[in-house]
This record gives sequence, structure tokens and C-alpha cells, in this order.
Amino acid sequence: MAKFFAVTIILIAIGSAVPIVRGTWTQPEDISTHGHEIDKQYHETMWEAGLAFLAAQIILAVFIWSSSGRGGDAPIKRFPGGATGLVLAAFLLVGTEVLALGIFGANAWAKVYFAPPGPDAMPVQVQAGQFAFYFRYPGPDGKFGPIHPDKIDEANLNFFGLDYNEPATKDDIVTAEMAIPVNHEIHLLMHSKDLGHSFYVRELRVQQDFVPGLDVSLHFTATKIGRYEVVCTQLCGLGHYNMKTYLEVMSQSDFDDWLKKEAAMQ
Amino acid sequence: MHDVSAHAAQHHAPPQGFIRKHVFSLDHKVIGKQYYALALVAVFTGMVLSWLMRLHLGWPNLAIPGLHLLSKIGAPGNVMTPEYYLQLMTMHGTIMVFFVLTTAPFAAFGNFFLPIQVGAEDMPFPRFNMMSFWVTFVAFLVLISAFFVGDGPPLSGWTAYAPLSAVGAVAGPGQGLGQILWAASIGIFCIGQLLGSLNFITTTLDMRTKGMSLMRLPLTAWAWFITSCMGLTAFAVLMPACILLILDHVAGTSFFIASGLVINDQLQPHSGGSTLLWQHLFWFFGHPEVYIAIVPGMGIVSHVLITNMRRPLLSYKVMIGAMTSIAFLSYMVYGHHMFVSGMNPTSSLVFSFPTLIITIPATIVTLIWIGSLYGSRLRINAASLFALGFISMFVSGGVSGFFLAQPSIDIMLHATYFVVGHFHLVMAVAAIFGIFAGTYFWFPKMTGRMMNDTLGKIHFWLSFVGAYCIFMPFHYLGIMGNVRRYAQFVDDYMQPVLGVHKFITIAALATGAAQLIFLYNLIYSRFWGEKAPDNPWEGTSLEWSTTSPPPWDNFGGKHLVVHHDPYQYGVKGSTGDYIMQTSPEASPTGE
Repeated sequence: MAKFFAVTIILIAIGSAVPIVRGTWTQPEDISTHGHEIDKQYHETMWEAGLAFLAAQIILAVFIWSSSGRGGDAPIKRFPGGATGLVLAAFLLVGTEVLALGIFGANAWAKVYFAPPGPDAMPVQVQAGQFAFYFRYPGPDGKFGPIHPDKIDEANLNFFGLDYNEPATKDDIVTAEMAIPVNHEIHLLMHSKDLGHSFYVRELRVQQDFVPGLDVSLHFTATKIGRYEVVCTQLCGLGHYNMKTYLEVMSQSDFDDWLKKEAAMQ
Repeated sequence: MHDVSAHAAQHHAPPQGFIRKHVFSLDHKVIGKQYYALALVAVFTGMVLSWLMRLHLGWPNLAIPGLHLLSKIGAPGNVMTPEYYLQLMTMHGTIMVFFVLTTAPFAAFGNFFLPIQVGAEDMPFPRFNMMSFWVTFVAFLVLISAFFVGDGPPLSGWTAYAPLSAVGAVAGPGQGLGQILWAASIGIFCIGQLLGSLNFITTTLDMRTKGMSLMRLPLTAWAWFITSCMGLTAFAVLMPACILLILDHVAGTSFFIASGLVINDQLQPHSGGSTLLWQHLFWFFGHPEVYIAIVPGMGIVSHVLITNMRRPLLSYKVMIGAMTSIAFLSYMVYGHHMFVSGMNPTSSLVFSFPTLIITIPATIVTLIWIGSLYGSRLRINAASLFALGFISMFVSGGVSGFFLAQPSIDIMLHATYFVVGHFHLVMAVAAIFGIFAGTYFWFPKMTGRMMNDTLGKIHFWLSFVGAYCIFMPFHYLGIMGNVRRYAQFVDDYMQPVLGVHKFITIAALATGAAQLIFLYNLIYSRFWGEKAPDNPWEGTSLEWSTTSPPPWDNFGGKHLVVHHDPYQYGVKGSTGDYIMQTSPEASPTGE
């Protein structure tokens, strides 16, 4: 039975690794300027964690195989190096590994979160509410008008609670889908209307929670024209599974046309 | 160390009458069995909920006969609504984490065996001990009652993130009374665990018999002691957090609710609260809780393996040091649940490093187990199979922690099925394998009867292969970006993975059904199993120095004297290849 168990462990370990090695199920193509840092970190971690996983399972299986069925008189053997060797190995191998992952991972994180957006970054505001996203573009004046929660009136399409008599608000453009120009940095200003939500675009390698009462921001540049799903990943109520919209990455000229058309519809 | 006066003070008369013997018992062994029974009811309840969830994920329009009986509003035509899915998910997580993973390995086995393993007649505060169980039982009833009130249990998940959990019924079904009952249940549960932790700590420190130094405690006793130290601090934070949450519901406070929130077109009458505050308080408890669930399993696996390997671990002290380090670090890592929460990005880096570092003691624990297997005389039985299965699961779930410890990768994997696969393997399946190992190992001592080992082995094989079939594919789904906590997968990119979800559902149903073999074995053996000898596994620790089951005062009035460390195996003793802790004969190792 022990030998059968050992073989089962090895089969499960190798079988688990096959879809990863073959790329049967893998992450979608990266379409951002920062995503390659995350992907690089992910692949390095996959190598290290994958090898640790296979090595540990196979050694476990080999020792189960070899130690079972030994008679009651068989001498107990001591693992070479004993506990001291294993503790040293854990500190040296895993310590070095986690230090490297920590440092390089911190670098990847810093590139996403610690670098401020460039001066030409285009501001777009996104508001999350049960169970829809709305987007706001500041219009020609480059300024967003203030939000008045008491003026929110979804029946009359005032999703943000805007007062269109205010000068900064007059030219604001509100949309239900997000469009952005390709290769142009976006400064996304995130505002929650009601509860915790999240903004997740897999291809962009972007996921950030909305914090009710605290506006947070992030910035990114999309590098490939296309249509991508934006989904909520923070449990927000019964319609959470259906809270999604689309991100359209367009050429600059297509984006300009789209924005004009949207402005005309306001 | 040894404190005779403590024993004298502790000595109490044999219990009289059915109520005192079996219901409101002061006997730690009865209380341990009560906790076990509660965990058993809870685990099967939680498992049935997971079946319903999995069926819905595989076949969202499937009518499940009788489902409407469970919920007036959640299953019209017996087809589950999205909100009911979330309600079942919340209850599944809460029941499993609190009433199974915390109660069984820690409160159930710890209550039964800690006093025996230290050579005491009972715990120092038997009334507190009794209260801890009954308070936990009340907490369970309060939680389950949420199914039967108003619009059902809350849908905010076992983490109950604010403000969804704090604003009341306006946020959705179950968010009013259901959520209050949830918070009350968890608050009450915390009281039970605090009382239990106090008892465990004082038992370990003050109730040890003569010769039982701290360095002669079995690793299970160490694991329960370390866990109770974590429990004392972690539950002490969660309980006030639950009180604050209830106050936000009923007293108009705004601890977790910011100003200017508009829900269902209604401007909320709250201001000044912090939604992130709940996450900080919850995860300050929540991450130690992961180790509260798993450290007792580490102790049980060590204890079971040592007995079945017929040798001590490569290092007893290193194992204790590693478990203690894990407990210590568990308080510094909780922020890794919040990398993309909107918390200061610098904090994410600060939390990332200890999260990575905690893999070092976890690796040491694993290497000590695997290294000790080398050259041992391994005996294969249901208990040792589950202990070895624990190691395999702990490794599989542990390595995915490398990914989630890094905030940059977490951007991609957070809130996906990768996380679900990770914590189910490392915390849930591994811990439950520890519970199974403990059950097969200690059942003879707890009941005086043996379990059927063949059925135990069949149970193991189905559970081991089944758990991998369920939880390994979760990782692949997560890598693709499959978001968790979705009642249905309407998003375009999830359509191609529906087949994987159906496979997981079938695996979950089959693996769940295999647990009925365990239940049958447990019940049959309890009444009709072969009579157990006092020391069926040729163990050395004190539980094997008394009868199966032990008398009400554990050792029949004898005060044991301990002569050896707990794991004198692989030596020539008068009884075989082991020397019991209570045996006065000299040990070749001099311990």
C-alpha cells in the first residue's frame, strides 16, 4: 500500500504540473506597459515554487516507499546532516528564494504604485456602485466637477450626483463603458458610490479595490487595441457576479471621434 | 513545573446523574467529545452547503428538489438565486472556519488529550471549560438561526467586509437581521475560545505531573499550547470588532461606514467611519486563525507519524521552535490579504516580507517530517496515511503562498480561484486530514473501541485523490483570472472554463459522498467496533498509560511520574521498540 501511495503522490504531482508546463490554462495576453514586470515575477515564482512542489512531493514519495515494510529489527537510519542540515538548507535555499522574490517583487510593485503618473496622463474617473461602473471624462476644460452624493438620481441618469450648473461640470462626459487611446497613459481616479467594489482587467494586469469614503487612483498604459472585460472582484451584493463593463482600447483618432460622439449625447 | 497543590485543588468528585455526566459535564473528556460532535454536525452541514454551491456553479439553472424548503425567497422553483448562492457561501465559510477548523483539532482533541498528556486529572477551570463548549454551541445555534429569519443569512462572505456588512438591509438580502445574527454568533464564539484558551494555557503551565517538564511534553501539547496563545490574542480582537459591527447596525454608530454613501438611491445617515478598519481588525484575527486551524494539525501529524515511524523526529526542539515562529510571525503578515484593498502601497511591501519569511519555518516543519521518514520503520494504517496526506496537501497549498505573498503577483491573482485553491489545500484540507489522522489514531482511547482500518484506508484514498481533483484545478482557473464569489459565470472569458467547473463539481460530490464511509465507520465502531487495548499503537505518551477509555479522573487516582521525553522509539525497551514516558527503566538515550 505504501508503494502504491508513493506512486500516487508522484503521479498527482507530475499531473498537476503538466497543464502549467503545457500552458493549457494560462493567463491572458498582457496589454499594458507594466504587465511584463508582473508576468516576469509570476514566471520566476512559478519556476521556483513549481520545483519546490515537485521536489518535496517526490522526495516524500520516495521516503514513504523506502521506509515502509522495513522489519521491526531494521535499524533506524538518520537523515544525512540531521535537523541542522535541514534547517540550514531551509534558511539558505528558501531564505535566498524569498529574499530574491521579495526584492524583485517589490521592484515590480513599485513600478505600478510608486511612480506618479506622467504630466500627459489622461484623467478618467470611474465610479462603482451596486452593480455597475460609470466613467467620467473631464471634457475640454480638463477639470471634473464636484460630486454631490445627495444629487445622485439614477432614474434621471445622474449617476455621479453632478450639478450641471457648475462650470467645471458642464463639459463632463459620463459613459457606461470605458474607452481609452492606445499607448496613452491613463490616470484612473476611483470613487465608490456605495460599497466596496473592485476594478479588474486581467489583460491590463490591473486590480484595485474601491474604498468607500476614500478615493484612490492608479495609472496604466494599454498597448493593444481591443475590447476587454472589466469586472468587479470585491463582493458587493447579490448582483456582484453580473457587475461588469467593457474597456475599449482604440487608436487616438477613433478615441477622439468616440469622445465627441459621447459628448454630443450628454 | 509539578504542582501538587494544583492537583489537590483540582480533584473533584465523580459526576453523578445523566445531565452532569453527559450534558453539562465538567469532565474535559466529555467536553472534548462534545466539541467533536459539534464539529461533526458542522462539517456535514458545511459540506452539504458546498455541494449546493458547486451544483449551482456547474449547472446554474438546475432545479434541486426540496431547495425551496431551505429558503422562502432563495430558490423559486427550486432553482438557486444569485443571492442565495452568496448566502450559502457565507454560511459555508463561517461554519467551516469557526465551527470545524477551530473546534475539532484544537478544542475537541485538545480538551480530551491535553490534560491526559500532561498527567492531570482535568483542566484547572472545569466550569469555564464547560461554559466554553456551551457558549460555542449557542454561537452555532445563533448562526444557523440566520437561515430561518427574515430574508435569510448574510451574503457578505465569511470575511463580512464593511460597509456591505455594516449598513443593514438596504445593501441586500440577509444584510439586516441575518448579518446581526452572524456578528452575534461570532462574538459569542470568541468568548468560548477565550475561555478555552485560558484553560489550555494554564493546564500546560500549571497542571503538569511530576517529571513532566515543558521539554517532555508531546508535540500535540506544544501545538495546543501555542494555538491557545494565538487564540487568546486573536479572538480578543475579533470579539470587539463584532460588537462594533453590531453597533453600526443597531445604535447608529459609524465605525465602519464612511460618509456620503448612496445605496439603493438612499443617502446613508452615517459619517466618519473607516471601511478599511474592519479589514484590519478582521485580518489581525484572520491570519492567526489560519494557524489556529493548522498548528494543532502539525502537532497531531507529528505525534501520529512518530508513533508510526517508530522513531522520534530529527529534532523535537526545532519543531517547537518552528511552530512558535509561525505563531509569532502570523501577526505580522495579515496585511497580505489587503494588498489591493486601497491600503497604503508601502504597507503592502511591509506585509509582504514577513509573509515570505514565514515560509522558512513552514519549510522547516515539512523538512523535519520528510527527513524523519527517511530510514524509519513506517507502519501504514488509516491514521498514518492521513498524516502523510496532510504533508502532501500542506506542501501543495503552501507553495502557492509564494505567489500570493507578493503584492505584484497578487494584482493578478487576488480574489480569483487561485486564492480559493490555496487556502482550501493548505488550511482546510490539510487541517481536516489532521483531524482524520487524529480520529483514527485516538478513537480507541476516546471510546474504548477500534475503528475499521480497511474502511479508513478506503476513506483515505477517495479523500486524497478527490481533494486534489477538486482543489488543484482551482489554481488553473485563478491563473486564467476566474473571479471567486460569483454566483454564475456570465463573463465572456469564463465561458471556456465551465467544463472545468463541472469537473470540480462532480469531484466534490464524489469526495463528499466518500465522507459517508467515515461517518459509518465512526458510528458503527463506536458501538460495535472491536474492543481496544490500552495501547493499540504501542505509543509512549501518557494517554497510552491509562485505560481505553480513561476513567473519569484519567488515571484511576494514580499520580503519574514521568521519566522520559515523549518519543522514546527505536530503542530497546522491555515492551518492545519503545519506552513509555512513565516507565522507570533506563533509556539508552539517557532522556
